[in-house]
Amino acid sequence: MTPLLSVDGLGKRYGARIGCADVSFDLWPGEVMGIVGESGSGKTTLLNCLAGHLRPDEGRVVFDTRDRGPVDTLTMSEPERRMLARTDWAFVHQNPRDGLRLDVSAGGNIGERLMAVGARNYGAIRAAATDWLGRVEIDDARIDDRPRAFSGGMQQRLQIARNLVSGPRLVFMDEPTGGLDVSVQARLLDLLRGLVREMGLSAIVVTHDLAVVRLLAERLMVMKGGRVVESGLTDQVLDDPQHAYTQLLVSSVLQV
Amino acid sequence: MTDYNFAYLDEQTKRMIRRAILKGIAIPGYQVPFASREMPMPYGWGTGGVQVSASVMVPDDVVKVIDQGADDTTNAVSIRKFFQKVAGVATTTRTAEATLIQTRHRIPEVALTADQVIVYQVPLPEPLRLLEPRESETRKMHALSEYGLMHLKLYEDIARHGAIATSYDYPVAVEGRYVMAPSPIPKFDNPKLESPAIQLFGAGREQRIYALPPHTKVASLDFEDHPFDPSRAEHPCALCGATDSYLDEVITDDAGGRMFVCSDTDYCEGRRSAA
Repeated sequence: MTPLLSVDGLGKRYGARIGCADVSFDLWPGEVMGIVGESGSGKTTLLNCLAGHLRPDEGRVVFDTRDRGPVDTLTMSEPERRMLARTDWAFVHQNPRDGLRLDVSAGGNIGERLMAVGARNYGAIRAAATDWLGRVEIDDARIDDRPRAFSGGMQQRLQIARNLVSGPRLVFMDEPTGGLDVSVQARLLDLLRGLVREMGLSAIVVTHDLAVVRLLAERLMVMKGGRVVESGLTDQVLDDPQHAYTQLLVSSVLQV
Repeated sequence: MTDYNFAYLDEQTKRMIRRAILKGIAIPGYQVPFASREMPMPYGWGTGGVQVSASVMVPDDVVKVIDQGADDTTNAVSIRKFFQKVAGVATTTRTAEATLIQTRHRIPEVALTADQVIVYQVPLPEPLRLLEPRESETRKMHALSEYGLMHLKLYEDIARHGAIATSYDYPVAVEGRYVMAPSPIPKFDNPKLESPAIQLFGAGREQRIYALPPHTKVASLDFEDHPFDPSRAEHPCALCGATDSYLDEVITDDAGGRMFVCSDTDYCEGRRSAA
């Protein structure tokens, strides 16, 4: 079996400062990997490099494409990379306002990716949008409402629907539960876990919330100062942290 | 006449614009940037169209200028007089007699022929602009044929109004490649974009020229289950009785009186004098 995503020696500098350095890992099909670390540890830089939003200075990001097999996405042509970004990849932003079109109805938001790859049947697009609203637990009577009128949790669920409608194989999530209150977070996590299992998605989840990775991720990387300081199975890393920083991170979680 | 170079623009400027026009004709629907000049009229009055017309004009041209279908409104009269003054060309209001037609918001009802050139005044050449404000991004979208966004707009129309509500400047796909804004002509005129005449589009403020060579395939965007509909008011013309022309609704009093008349004044007059 080939890994879905294989990262080798990835590094990104902002002038003299390190964004992230020497990151290597393999992500296997159907696997969810968490990346945790404090603010400024390079998690988001790493995620943006992987998703093609930032150009890394060194290293390789090899993605197992449907038609050509493993290809380095950094040397791929731009049309091909943009095609990947709206078919096989999905990116869930921390702030749903970054990932949604706020002046376009919920149905239009979901249908955009379908139309981008050539869907030209209104009825079919609308049926897919209705189906996905149901799957992310939004009342389908709100299909023509704009996301502006939605609550934060609904907006985040709509963003997820909009991304998953094209049946991607790899989902990048940047703090998917950030800015939501705990009960809404719990519901969203439950939903995400169900969708990931049901669709057999691979995902890379960046978060500073250990509960999120505990629930979603099988594997975990801990970052500090732009470098990976510890990685392994989630339960193993969280229950038996080896690196001093991981120990601090785990012990910092408030036990209620 | 000796106070001006023929057709107002200097010869170097005309050469620059002709190069842009040739490039536009070579790549149908592609927006060619050009160094738009200051013209002796405000932006929005057809500075782009005037520059294109002036660059392709020859002394024995017969010029017709259309403003919203009419030959006798301010924009049409002033541009027609402009070319009379600076080029000394003959002018006409008859579509069939004209060799060069500059138009704002309409295509004449009488079918154009292979020996005619029609120049459109374009306010917004970029069909994706209202959906994507970044020029760098829209250029990339054109280059990579990423036109899903255009259908998103049509989807929103149907979701909100039950039908595609875009009724003018209706986006078209040219030869299955570039998506193009046909200038604010009513969608009723979209089928006429497939024509034996050369069609040139000039946007002065936005500094873009694009073109449709004769017999270019032009398809209005739509959905399989909501096909393009070149709608028309359900009335005959109150003056000439035409049932196949695009109509203006004219309010005649403040008690709800109204009449529908041909928007193409030349077509309407031609029919009435023949009857």
